[in-house]
Amino acid sequence: MNKTLLIFRHEFLHMIKRKAFIIMTLIVPVLALIGIGVFQLISTGEPPVVETSTIGYVDEAGGFDQYTTQGYVELVHFDTPSDATAALLNGDVSEYFVIPSDYLSTGVINRYTLERQLETPPAIANVIKNFLTSNMLADKVPPETVYRIEAPLGLVTTRLTETGEVATEQGGYGNVIIPAIFGLLLALSLMLSSTYLVQGLGEEKENRLIEVLLSSVSTRQLLTGKVLGLGAAGLVQVVVWLASLPLLLNLASSTFGGFFSTIQLPANFLVLGIVYFILGYLLFAALSAGVGAISPSAREGQQLAGIYTLLVFVPLWFASLLFVFPDSPVWVVLTIFPITAPIAVMLRLGVTGIAAWELAVSLAVMVLSIVLVMFLAIKIFRIYLLMYGKRPSWGEIIQNLRSG
Amino acid sequence: MRSWEEVVNMLAAEISHIAKSFADKVAVDNLSFSVAQGEMFGLIGPNGAGKTTTIRMMMDILKPDSGEVTILGEKLNEATKNRLGYLPEERGLYKKLKVLESIVYLASLKGVDRHSATEKANELLTQTGMLASKNKKIEELSRGMGQIIQFIVTIIHDPQLLILDEPFAGLDPVNTELLKGMLADLRNQGKAVILSTHQMNQVEELCDRILMINNGQDVLYGDLREIKARYRGNSVILDFKGELGEIPGVTGKRIHKGYTELMLDGKTTPQQVLSHLISRGTVINRFEVATPSLNEIFLKEVGKKS
Repeated sequence: MNKTLLIFRHEFLHMIKRKAFIIMTLIVPVLALIGIGVFQLISTGEPPVVETSTIGYVDEAGGFDQYTTQGYVELVHFDTPSDATAALLNGDVSEYFVIPSDYLSTGVINRYTLERQLETPPAIANVIKNFLTSNMLADKVPPETVYRIEAPLGLVTTRLTETGEVATEQGGYGNVIIPAIFGLLLALSLMLSSTYLVQGLGEEKENRLIEVLLSSVSTRQLLTGKVLGLGAAGLVQVVVWLASLPLLLNLASSTFGGFFSTIQLPANFLVLGIVYFILGYLLFAALSAGVGAISPSAREGQQLAGIYTLLVFVPLWFASLLFVFPDSPVWVVLTIFPITAPIAVMLRLGVTGIAAWELAVSLAVMVLSIVLVMFLAIKIFRIYLLMYGKRPSWGEIIQNLRSG
Repeated sequence: MRSWEEVVNMLAAEISHIAKSFADKVAVDNLSFSVAQGEMFGLIGPNGAGKTTTIRMMMDILKPDSGEVTILGEKLNEATKNRLGYLPEERGLYKKLKVLESIVYLASLKGVDRHSATEKANELLTQTGMLASKNKKIEELSRGMGQIIQFIVTIIHDPQLLILDEPFAGLDPVNTELLKGMLADLRNQGKAVILSTHQMNQVEELCDRILMINNGQDVLYGDLREIKARYRGNSVILDFKGELGEIPGVTGKRIHKGYTELMLDGKTTPQQVLSHLISRGTVINRFEVATPSLNEIFLKEVGKKS
């Protein structure tokens, strides 16, 4: 058998037999199943009792005396702020507010509370706002109009295709959830496998097995076999995840209905998911091979690998930003920069979709990076193979790359 | 295709004028030597002499700054790698892998198919008395046992040339003897063996020829018996009973524990001394031409140069 294939086989089998790999692969469907089970248990129990709370108010402007029940909140009138303060200290009200006499001209409401807060809780602010609105509009418009003014917008958006029919893929959070989870898993999986490769190479260097290996195979065969072996293991993982997905989704939507029934896989997601998963694996494996080449020990290699495994999470940090500014040029950069590309693409697929040219450039850059990093890794591997004990400086590495 | 005669006469290894410098020092300085098939060759010198660097250049792990290495008649390539067995100085195997799996995997990288590798591994494990450990993980083995496994890995593919870097380091006397026996067998089968060690006296009983190096430079190179004959001093060692008295041609006596060393003048041969003693009826327990050890020769040579 070809020696590259032998190393590939060995690394692949070694990887898929590792506990961390098996746990990582199986934990996803298992956790999802548990999640569905737990949700079902909770949702079939008694509906939760919402506590009613009492808020005091002092009306110096006058005329605010109706609509004192707002949802679960009861509003209690006090004559003076000192009465209200006494009630607050006594625990009769959880907080109170004062409507100043010049309220109509200034719009200022003074709120008093014992709690330390970052800002007024939106629910409370909403209660106060509705209370004020309702009282000001009372007797001037019909009660239905009052309600409509309080909640004027029940927006229902429907996406149409170019032919004017209702699109099968409607977008929204239901669309982004699977790609987002997938992106997170991909990032974790890349981190795990990079760590493993760096550690494996470090160990082989530490126990000098590398010398025995290289007395049998070439550097190119060794590194190519390792990188491909790891890539194949990654493929197995993603196939297990994706295969369990339709099953879990079915189960979830039949159990929960509601939001979960809106969950959809974006178009191209399966194909692009697999492609980026494999490319991501290959890129990280090649990077790890390079890091393994220049670091004298497994431990030092891990530290170096930490740098680019951290970068892979960058799109996830900015995920909430993507939801607000989906058209920001930052996303184009993250889509094209090879280390962040796999996760960025997954997220964007769920939110807005990606222009074809961006995908093309992103894929091309990724493939080129893999080839280039692999080439460099093989080149420096020999030079640093026997440098036990001391990591070369970046200057030395660049110099060696030029002269080697 | 080489003719049969060419194959037989081909050198197992030929090293010509190799040199290697690292940032701060010259590790190997213009070394040349060759190793014939069926020969046990000693590469000896103190720690840091450049032995391991020389071997790494032979294995193509390091590239020499200058000079050429020819292994089994060609530049090292995939085919020659399969006919080469290498035991590096510091040793290790996959800790979590089982003994048999490790051997079979590493053998497969030398082009041996799994079936024959397993068969041969069982055979060698039996020979070394380690068959019971074949399903143990490497990390469960003692250091010495691990070393035997690594030696098995080195020879399992029936290599034509073996390069062993400090093979006896860390082995107990029993395993040392076992290894020496296996090496002698391999040599008798016509394999070339290069033994690199700083324990010079280890190679005295094993090697046919040696290269002694110090500070990366050639100190002595050639047939071991010839070298020792060259350094043979002008004295004999004698263990006897009774009185010795005057012997013609002997200029001095040095009494050691258990024997006496007799210094001869330039004209007298050991044979003449022996026949004189016999003619006088002296009871002789031991008579030997004094030969310096490799250690002594090394110290003498290095002393001369500095």
